[in-house]
Formats: sequence, C-alpha cells, structure tokens
Amino acid sequence: MNNKYFIGCLAVILCLLPLFGVQGYPLHIIITILIWSFAYTGWSIMGRFGLVSLGHGAFMAMGGYITALLWNYLGMSPWLGIPIALVITGILAIIVAYPCFKFRIVGHYFALVTLALSEVVRQVIIATRDYTGGSLGYTPEPHGEGWSIYAIQFPDDRIVFLYIAIFTWLVGIIIWKIIDGSMSRYALEAISEDEDASSAIGVKVTNEKLKITVLSAIMTAFAGALYCQYQMFISPDTIGGVGISLQIVFAVVVGGIYSSLGPTVGAVITLILAEMLRISIGTATVNLTESLTINAAGFPLFIYGIMLVGFIIFLPKGIVGGLSDLLSKKEDKSFNIKSSNVK
Amino acid sequence: MLDVSSLNAGYGSFQALFDININVNAGEAVAVIGPNGAGKTTLMRAISGLIPVNDGKIHMEGTDVIRTPSHDIVKLGIAHVPEHRRLFPRMSVEDNLRMGAFSPQFRANFQNRLNFVYSLFPKMQERRNQYAGTMSGGEQQMCAIGRALMSDPKILLMDEPSAGLAPVIVQQVFELIKKIKNEGLTVLIVEQNVKQVLKVVDRAYIIEAGSLKMEGTSAELLNSKEVQKAYLGM
Amino acid sequence: MAEFTESLFSIFFIETLMNGLLLGGILALLSIGLNLIFGVIDVVWICYAEIIMVGMYLIFYLNNDLGFHIIPSMIAGILFSGLVGWLTHKIVISRLIDAAPINQLIATGGLLFFFQGAAMIVFGIEFRNMGMSLGSLALSEDIYLSWTRLLSFAISGVIVVGLYFFLSKSYLGAAIRAISQDKEIMSLMGVDTKKLYLLTSAIGGALAGLAACLLVLQYDVHPFIGLSFGPITFIICVMGGLGNMVGGFVAAFIFSELITIGGYFAEIEWGYVLAFVFFIVMMFIRPEGLFARKS
Repeated sequence: MNNKYFIGCLAVILCLLPLFGVQGYPLHIIITILIWSFAYTGWSIMGRFGLVSLGHGAFMAMGGYITALLWNYLGMSPWLGIPIALVITGILAIIVAYPCFKFRIVGHYFALVTLALSEVVRQVIIATRDYTGGSLGYTPEPHGEGWSIYAIQFPDDRIVFLYIAIFTWLVGIIIWKIIDGSMSRYALEAISEDEDASSAIGVKVTNEKLKITVLSAIMTAFAGALYCQYQMFISPDTIGGVGISLQIVFAVVVGGIYSSLGPTVGAVITLILAEMLRISIGTATVNLTESLTINAAGFPLFIYGIMLVGFIIFLPKGIVGGLSDLLSKKEDKSFNIKSSNVK
Repeated sequence: MLDVSSLNAGYGSFQALFDININVNAGEAVAVIGPNGAGKTTLMRAISGLIPVNDGKIHMEGTDVIRTPSHDIVKLGIAHVPEHRRLFPRMSVEDNLRMGAFSPQFRANFQNRLNFVYSLFPKMQERRNQYAGTMSGGEQQMCAIGRALMSDPKILLMDEPSAGLAPVIVQQVFELIKKIKNEGLTVLIVEQNVKQVLKVVDRAYIIEAGSLKMEGTSAELLNSKEVQKAYLGM
Repeated sequence: MAEFTESLFSIFFIETLMNGLLLGGILALLSIGLNLIFGVIDVVWICYAEIIMVGMYLIFYLNNDLGFHIIPSMIAGILFSGLVGWLTHKIVISRLIDAAPINQLIATGGLLFFFQGAAMIVFGIEFRNMGMSLGSLALSEDIYLSWTRLLSFAISGVIVVGLYFFLSKSYLGAAIRAISQDKEIMSLMGVDTKKLYLLTSAIGGALAGLAACLLVLQYDVHPFIGLSFGPITFIICVMGGLGNMVGGFVAAFIFSELITIGGYFAEIEWGYVLAFVFFIVMMFIRPEGLFARKS
C-alpha cells in the first residue's frame, strides 16, 4: 500500500480530477485534505521516533501569520515571506528543542514543554492583536483582482491550488520516505530505544533529534503558510493552539504513525468525518430548555474524542498499521508509540 | 499450616518452578536454600500472589491461597518481607510500620503491635520519624521485618534477609530471626547463606534450577556430605 | 524609567500583587488534583481542565435552569466530577496502565475532545454566566479585592491543609503516598492497587469539581474554557515537580504573580507569555521542576 507505484497512481488520479468535472466544494475538500496531510506528515516524522510534540500548532500558526504579516505590513511577496517564515520557525524550534535535548527532557515532559510553546505562540498572537487581529483572525490583503502569482493568491480558482497542494503533498511523502531510508532513521530508532547506548556507539543524539525536529517544524510551518494563502483567513484557533496540536496527533494516530500514507489517511478520515456529520446532522441547534440544546456542531469533536481514545487503546498503530498487521497476521497485540527514554 | 504441592510457576513463557512440594507446620522455622536463580524468590512471590501460578496448590490452614486475590493474602495471616527490604523510602519508619497494618482488621491492634515491634527493635523506636530510605541496610531490614509483623501474622515469609548486608549485620539479622522464632512465630525463610540459616531453622529444603533436590532437618543437612561440599565449602 | 519605578510603588501594583496571590490560590487548587493523580497513578490527565468545565456546566445548569440553590448545585457538581474522574480511570486509563506514557497522554487528549464535544452538543457555544457577584472588599480607598477571589483563596487554603492532614495522618493517605514509592509491594500490605487508583481518580475528579465551584462564580463557562487554564495548570505542576503537591502549590503562586504582574504592565496575554516563557527557561535550568524529588 505504501509503495511508490500506488502513490504515483494516486497522484496522477488527483491531477486528473478537474478533467472528471470535480470542482467547487468537493475540490475544496480535497485541497484541504492535501494541505493538512502535509502538516500531519510533518508531525509524524518526529512522532514516529518517540518525539511526540503537543505543540505543532505553534509552528503552523507561525508559518501562516509571519507570511501574512510580512505581506500586509511590508508588502513582501510570499515567495520571500514564506522562506523567511520557515527560517524563523526553524530557529524557534532550535531554541526550544536544543536545550530540551541537551538536558534530556523527553517523554511527557517534552510533550508538556511543546504544549507550553503552543500556548506562548497563541498568547503572543492574541496579545499583539493590534497587529494580528487577535482572536478575531487575520486576512492577507488581496492583491488586486483575480490571480496573482506575485502574491500567491488565486481566489475563485481552485485548480491552481489543487496542483500546488498535490505537489506539496507528494513532497511530504517523498521527505517521509527519504527519512525512512536514511541513516538518521536508524539513529533515531536507536535513540528512542536507548539514548545512552546510542550515544556510546557514536550516534550524535542531540544533533539527530534537532535535525528531525527542525525539519518537522518547517514542514508544519509551510502547511500553515499554504493554508493561509489558500483560505485567505487565519485565526489563532484554526491554525494554532492546543486544539490544532491535538488534532494533528489525532489524525496521525488514527491514520497510522509508522507509514508514509498514515497521516494522509488520518487527514481523510478527519475531514471526511466532519463533512459527513455536517451533511447528515447539520449544524443546527435545537433548543431544549433554557440552556440545554442539541447542538450538532459539537458532534465532530465528540466523535473525534471517542475515536482517539478507542484507537489508542485498541489500535495504536492506526488504520494503516492495523490493516498491515492484519494482512501480515502479526501476533503482537500490545504496542506502544515509542517514547524516548521516558522519565 | 502452609502447604505447597506440585507447584509450577514462572514468568510468562519462562518456567522457574517445577513441581515444588513444601510444608511448614505451626511453630516451625523452615528454610528454602539454593543457589542464585534457583527459584527461591519465585516461590515467595507465588505464595504471596505477586506472580501467577501455572499449576499446583498452595493452602494456608486449608484456605486456597491461589484463589485468593493478592491483596487479601495478608489477611490469611501470611506476611511477606520482600527481597531487598522494599521499604517506602520517603516515608517515616512509623509510616512504614503503619502500612504493615493497613488492612482494616489490623488497625484496631495497631498500637499494640507497634509497641511489640518497638520492643523487639528499640532502634526503630529511636528512628520512628526518620525517612526509611536514609537508614542503613541492617536498620532497613529490621524495619522491613517489623512492618511484616504489624499484621500479627501466623507465618512470616522472609526473602533473602541477608542479601546485600555486611557479615556483621547478617549475624544480627539471624539473631533477630532466632528471637522471632522463639516468640513462637512460624517462619519460612528463603536464603543463599546456607551456614547461617541452618543454625536458625528446624528444617530446610534445597532447590536447584527450580526443582527440589533435598530436604531434611538442619542437623541432617549440616552433616550431609553433599550439602557440605556444595554449599558449605568443605 | 522613572515612570516604571513609580508604577512599581503605586497602590495599583500592590493591588495587582494581592490579586496575584488570590489567583494563586485558585491555580493551586487546580494543580493539586492533577498532582495527586500523577503522584499516585503516574498519568497526566490532559483533559483535567475539561473535567472542571463539565463540572461548571452542571452547577450552572442545576442552578440556572432547574432553580436549585447554589450550595446543593455545587455539592452535586463536586460529586459528579468525582464520578467523572472515577469513570475516566475505570474506562480509559486502567486499560492503558502499562502503556507508554505518551499513549496515556494521547488518550486523555482524546477525552479532551470528548468533553469539549459533549459540552458543545448539550450547551452550545454561547458563554454562560451565573450572574452572581459577591462584590468586593475594600481594603483601603484604592485597593479592592473581589470577594469571590478571597473566598476561592480561603477555600483553596483549607483544601490544601485538609489534604495535607489526610495524606500524613490517615491510613488511606499513607497508602496513597506509599503507592507512588513502590507500587509492586502494595498488595503485600493488603492494598488493592486497582481500588486505590479508582479512589485517587475520584478524589482528583472531586477536587476538579471543587475548582469548578469556585470558577463558576467568577468566570463565564463555554466548551473551550479548559484551553485557557489547562495548559497553565500542567505547567505549574511540572514546575513544582510532577507529583509534588507542595511544589505545585508554591509554583502556582509564582505563576499567578508572573501572570498578574505581566498583565499589569501590558495586556494580560503578555502575562501568560511571561509565565510560559519562564516555564520553558526553568525546564532547561531544572528539568525535574523546582522542587522535584528524585523518583
């Protein structure tokens, strides 16, 4: 399921969708899935090695906000703005991650530090509301009418973004596969088993962890920037914060953390589920008593919650992992997402 | 009092005990001796319900121990002094002793038992408020034994009481065991230090690689050529 | 610069410091439950703030819609939250007790979504307010301290002291302390570990319910308020040393002062930023937390 042939075919099919008349809202869903897949894939290259971050919302938000702010206030084209956003995000990742790794902050302590980071970024965005619009959200200024390659804005035309999204998604998978086949992968797996032993045999533990963290942060930030350019609207809670951080974890856990397409499957499930619920139950609110309602808008979250709990208990390898286990009839039912030298 | 018959137990797929038969009668002091890895601690753990049993029976005064949940075993009158003492390091001596009498049925008697233990181990009374983890090995052993005595047990299981202790302290520990035995308490000791333990107990069993090799009174074993050669370095 | 020093000695700064203390009382209460659960069971409930939120909703509903007096509503809130805590362990955590901590964290993350979703379904997304105000205590002409905050501070203090005595003087308290130091031999003491975990979870839930009682008087409730004080609660616990209740207590006050002082000089969000950045820096200086004990 993960071989290049399958993925290649999938990419081709996606490219041909407009020819089959797929447009409008369904196309929007597909683009959104692809962009989020890239974000989820970015998280998973850290998560699979036990470096579970609960703060990737911070990177995504930075990617989006920095790009938008540079455009709005400095007129800087996203062609320049996005790389700058990535660099800044990378630097922040290093600033926070380096001491973490140097002082062996791992496992759930590391997760909580990343959680704090996510909150810091969110609070900064809200505190600078005069510049960022705070909780109300932020919009990049439209550059004239219609297309603008300079501003990377293609309003009303989804097809260009479709191809951008497909390309990005593919790059994400390729990065995943490169990591998967690299020496770093083995180094990081060794590190997640036993840091001291790895260090003793010459693995540069802090370096390896830092490299993968920065890459992960940059990928997520890029997804944020892309999301901003596509949606033309970002807010601290749709692109950052604890909710987004957890959503990323959810998607990868459900999709499958150890395969290249796992995060994509997670994105499909997350978004399709939300859509299905929206269509079947709608977002209507029925008022029961003065305060009680049946507010359908809460169902996706509610079901995500049940699913995440269910998956982590019964199917921690996610759908892709569980399926591949089933197909190869593996016996090992007890399984933990690796956590580096948990304290 | 305590009857172990045809016991088979181990850790997952690794079987450590094969067909073990051991009896302890009221008032006796019995030892189970053998080399490292023979399965002695496994036996203790099986009796206390810390590991599951594959096959066999364990009865305490007629009650089926295997069917009893592990946290109820102390209520049957079986108190276990674990290997390496296993005190609660950041709790005071007295709090550790209190834990020995945790079960509601023992709490009424707490003060009496506390006085008893302090009379047996005056040093523990001195250190009653000291964190257990800060005491020396010998003192910790005293505390661990005291903790087990808090439930006024019918039988005391002791897992390698001499482990990790200096020879002088080991002497003291065995003196203590003798003292406890003379109070009338039934004791089952698992030990590597054959010489010392045979001086204190009435009978002993020898286990090697999970199976019973020999049994007899301490006199018989001390005089046995095999035992002398294998365990007493003669 | 002169303005800065001036503002330091202003009466409003003093008021700010005092409000910081009062906030500290509330944060301390929030952190106690979390620390208890972590200290005993070794799990971090990421959804702890959401349990508080659910308790707040129940109290609100009973008092506002059904017209019950506030006191029985609060008691119901505490009991309900205790039940939620119990169920959390029974249904979710107990199945993951031997799993990697990160799996446990993720599971409680799932519960976070679950509670938020449930609250949204049942109560919608509007901000709900109890509409109760106890007024303020005027310490002097310029210093006003809200009565609800004073009450919260006092109750937090009582709970902390009560919990201290419970843990140090009672059998159950001793067992709770013991199990975090050596879980394996607890059965030798006659302690049913599973039951103790359930009890601890229920107590942790009840403490969340108590926090809900205090918070519902002062703040609006909506499905996502957990996100505003959840992260700060974890951070406080980690700073004080996860599982260390005294440490958490002190850290709560350090944090509350950082937040209120930051909020005094700039917007309140900068106060939070200051607190979080302080935390991140502290993690590098002393990763085990300010007062952690070696476990």
